[in-house]
Amino acid sequence: MCLGIPGEVVALLEEHSDLAMVSVEGVQRAVNIGLLREESDGPLDLVPGDWVLIHVGFALSKIDEQEAKASLEWLTGVGDAYTDELDALAASDIT
Amino acid sequence: MKYVDEYRDADTARALSTAIAALCEPGRRYSFMEICGGHTHTIYKHGLEDHLPEAISLVHGPGCPVCVIPMGRVDDAIALAEHEDVILTSFGDMLRVPGGRGSFLDAKAAGADIRMVYSPLDSLKIARQNPDKRVVFFAIGFETTTPSTAMTILRAEAEGLGNFSVFCNHVRVCPAITAILESPDLNLDGFIGPGHVSTVIGCAPYEYVPRDYGKPLVTSGFEPLDILDSIHRLLRQFAEGRCEVENEYGRVVPWAGNPRALAVIDKVMEVRETFEWRGLGWIPESAMRLREEYAAFDAERIFAVPGVRVADPSACQCGEVLRGLIKPWECKVFGTACTPETPIGTCMVSSEGACAAYYNFGRFSRARVKEATLR
Ligand code: SF4
Repeated sequence: MCLGIPGEVVALLEEHSDLAMVSVEGVQRAVNIGLLREESDGPLDLVPGDWVLIHVGFALSKIDEQEAKASLEWLTGVGDAYTDELDALAASDIT
Repeated sequence: MKYVDEYRDADTARALSTAIAALCEPGRRYSFMEICGGHTHTIYKHGLEDHLPEAISLVHGPGCPVCVIPMGRVDDAIALAEHEDVILTSFGDMLRVPGGRGSFLDAKAAGADIRMVYSPLDSLKIARQNPDKRVVFFAIGFETTTPSTAMTILRAEAEGLGNFSVFCNHVRVCPAITAILESPDLNLDGFIGPGHVSTVIGCAPYEYVPRDYGKPLVTSGFEPLDILDSIHRLLRQFAEGRCEVENEYGRVVPWAGNPRALAVIDKVMEVRETFEWRGLGWIPESAMRLREEYAAFDAERIFAVPGVRVADPSACQCGEVLRGLIKPWECKVFGTACTPETPIGTCMVSSEGACAAYYNFGRFSRARVKEATLR
């Protein structure tokens, strides 16, 4: 729950303005991106290819690719807690 | 320094270790608390203490939100889950946390409908799919997860979802730091500040720590190099006669945090007068509850929550571990009666808890080796 997981934005979802498809370790999941806006209906500075740090289904911050890679490496070292979190993410369906 | 070669950048790590040693004043001892469980994890996993001079000790703070949930709140949640029409949802980390009369896992085995979710939004989906049930999300976490719960409530409101509510246990990191700073047996020289919490609240809220308590704080990333760098920064402040908040994790943490996340929290929630923390007792203004305007989504207002109070088990020394007074292995039941499979205290439950992190990785640390030789 406390692990911030990096994911790469694959697509912004037109039918849900607060959701984006994000690829996390090859698994694609919908993630809420509403917290990356300045205002509730403000503009969103996010395009496919960007990396975000995801907590419990919400992108909390944008990060660069290098930071994403470093976080992934750190998470892999965490072991079970990370694989459990990935399993939970894979089972999650928030659309 | 056997293991330093495993670091991504072994040369930098070595240089930092040397610089840290050079900054330690002869005869002076330093103890620094890392607040976040993720940092505890890195420290144990990489045996970081072995790369630090003897004069520096690292103390593991209360930064695992699962570890600080008092048993009474677990019992209260189980009482809600025992309602015929209630589905209780929470994060997987909560499943094995012992309450006064068992854990969520035990209650589930006894027939309560308790489901683990990855995101509060998953609970919303469960509520949509089960219109004849009432779905209660047992919300836990520091400011990292608080905005997600708040956003979920706003979403539920927008959808007009009447069968979804939140049992709010969100805690705030700063009052916990204050509680530690106020403890009479305090023996700390500075703090390694949390990383992800700070992406939400930023660095400014910590400014009272150096100003009012004279202790420096450096927010830090999670890699071994980040932690070494943060320790180096703390020591440099002493050497240069400074005492301030520094941001080592600037590549992820903006000084002002995430303004939208803060606004969403403030819209939906307010600070509680006081909240009970396992091991630390009641801490003023240390948690959030839903605002009156969102009463329709507040499980504590919808249900008659028993408000159970349970004292921590007498064998449990989590409080002393959380305040940094003892190391995990100094607890009487560590590794014997209390293991990750059969936790007595919550520090052993979540992999981010100091006891579990130490149990899983800490066996080669300096102190452990010393302890073994003393035997
Ligand atoms: S060993 Fe168990 S009881 Fe002792 S402090 Fe750790 S978690 Fe608490």
